[in-house]
Amino acid sequence: MVDVSIATLRPDRAAVASQWQLIWWAFKRHRLAMAALFVTLAMYIVALVPGFFAINDPIAQNARATFHPPQAVHFFDTSDGFDFGLYYHPMRLTRDPNTLAAIFIEDTSKKVPIQLFGRGFSYSVLGLFETDIHLIASTDKTRPLFLFGADRLGRDVYSRVVQGAQVSLSIGLVGVFLSLFLGIVLGGISGYYGGRIDFVMQRVIDFVLSLPTIPIWLALAAALPQGWPATLQYMMITIILSFTGWAQLARVVRGRFLSLRTEEFVAAARLDGVSEGRIIFRHMLPSFSSHIIASMTLAVPAMILAETSLSFLGLGLQPPTISWGVLLREAQNIRSIATAPWLFLPGLAVVIAVMALNLFGDGLRDAADPYNK
Amino acid sequence: MLKFVIKRLFWMIPSLFAVSFLAFVLIQLPPGDFVTTYIATLASSNEVVDQNTAAQLRERFGLDQPMLVQYLKWIWGIVTRGDFGLSFEWQQPVSGLIWERMALTLVLALASLIATWALALPIGVYSAVKKYSIGDYAFTAFTFFGLSIPSFLLALVLMYVAAVEFGQDVGGLFSSQYETAPWSIGKMYDLLTHLWLPVAILAVSSTASLIRVMRANMLDELPKPYVTTARAKGLSEFRLLVKYPLRIALNPFISTIAWLLPNLISGSVVVAIVLNLPTAAPLLLQSLMAQDMYLAGAFVLLICALTLIGSLISDILLALVDPRIRLE
Repeated sequence: MVDVSIATLRPDRAAVASQWQLIWWAFKRHRLAMAALFVTLAMYIVALVPGFFAINDPIAQNARATFHPPQAVHFFDTSDGFDFGLYYHPMRLTRDPNTLAAIFIEDTSKKVPIQLFGRGFSYSVLGLFETDIHLIASTDKTRPLFLFGADRLGRDVYSRVVQGAQVSLSIGLVGVFLSLFLGIVLGGISGYYGGRIDFVMQRVIDFVLSLPTIPIWLALAAALPQGWPATLQYMMITIILSFTGWAQLARVVRGRFLSLRTEEFVAAARLDGVSEGRIIFRHMLPSFSSHIIASMTLAVPAMILAETSLSFLGLGLQPPTISWGVLLREAQNIRSIATAPWLFLPGLAVVIAVMALNLFGDGLRDAADPYNK
Repeated sequence: MLKFVIKRLFWMIPSLFAVSFLAFVLIQLPPGDFVTTYIATLASSNEVVDQNTAAQLRERFGLDQPMLVQYLKWIWGIVTRGDFGLSFEWQQPVSGLIWERMALTLVLALASLIATWALALPIGVYSAVKKYSIGDYAFTAFTFFGLSIPSFLLALVLMYVAAVEFGQDVGGLFSSQYETAPWSIGKMYDLLTHLWLPVAILAVSSTASLIRVMRANMLDELPKPYVTTARAKGLSEFRLLVKYPLRIALNPFISTIAWLLPNLISGSVVVAIVLNLPTAAPLLLQSLMAQDMYLAGAFVLLICALTLIGSLISDILLALVDPRIRLE
């Protein structure tokens, strides 16, 4: 938020720089947004190959690890002098003699080394090929590492959070692209033609925006048959989320179209006999695409929150599919979170992802208008 | 002014019809109907329903008629008699089930709206006046946090803290002794002692965006010459703020009611389900799961109508305070 314009700082380069170059320069000055960009990128990389970042098989159940608490990873070995090395202490399962409740005790006498790029369960990379190499792998398969603890079926919460990133983060992107398509088509028509069409479209947009989204989504999601395959369910939930999401983007697109419609270069193109389609896509769209991208970035976190809420309520994605909302369902009743507060950790992933995307989108919006500073 | 209000009221009619139709289509969407679900439930307890009984049931509930006829019957009943149909699951008229819950939904939404305003207004002004101060940064951090945390997660965490740290159950809106009691001063007080938690949760997520709107509006107004003039006149800083820039910055603030209310109601649905509040939301979810279509439809319709009325009120208020809008 420095009020010095880019043009005064680098007058020679700014004069010839492309718009995207200017946006990038403006964006780079926004330190918080840059940090958010890196977090966002890191999370999408994890979402691309979750298997590589997972430690244990996210769907494998382990009866001996029910509500296994999180374990700390040690970076330095101070037991005999000082030494570098990754390891963790395995936990021993004992039972309370009276209640028979499971108690996990850290066995500090034993050490299990952690291997970087070691071998673990096998997974497929984007459906292209299978491998079993992981970023971190435990060397003792009988005493696995539970970084974020385990849930009531003994499944590794950390690996599930990593796996859930794929669905939760991609549903935001896919949903936004779907909304964008609807938004550009409907908002574009409305803003470009104006008049009666614009009037009707405005009423429709106002109407959609004044609806409370969650009840509508709930009603739509309740209509989905329970037995559908995961991919179909995923697509349907995305469509449901876009059903109301398009209106916001349509409004942005319309506003831009309206203000650009009267610009000289559009009038010039029209007088030259350029076709309508070419005017829209060749002349008008590039001049506001940066704004659209900024609004899109801000719409992604809203989609992620929506999916999380829906799945949490049990009407979104269904359990064999792993998403952050599905994981948070485990934290739904007070008894299980009282015994295993680490079941909140998927929520932390949601908060970080949404916050990073919000900050990134915010910085992008500020930078999107490099001439306006 | 009157012309504007009438025009705006006139627009409510198609909107309300669209909402009612939408609600009806939504509840018709699931494959099968209540009778199918009913038969499936009976079948799971080894009771067999033959085709004739099923057909009779459908006829009794009017489920065998085309959708448009069903819709017209439904809406006609609502408009003329306030009759929302029969809840299959509860075997009683929907209108007997919904009103108290809708009233509590409205109370929750209004209380959250007021709390949101009461928080966002001073914080937004403060952030703008003390731009780039530590307080401003702290509030900005808070707003980003508020925007990022799903309200149900906040509700869960607070429930966890209350249960584990203080040994208290914070769910519900009433203590057990008041739950079925008729309305009284004691019950009102009891409601207030329970209401603050969902209100606080909802306010955290909705103040976030409103603070940013308020801050931006104030920042637009503060450097304007009339502020300098007022300061030169010797007005105290507080009086100056309240008298001029605040009043102008409030304008877009009012228009935000239109989108704040749908957001609040959406959020309250999830929070109410988590905290098990006796508002419309938990029953809506339950009726959707059970395909109790008239009950679900009544809730969807009323909740949507509530937000439509909210945007109507916000438009009228806006026209009242801003002459440019009503003269347009």
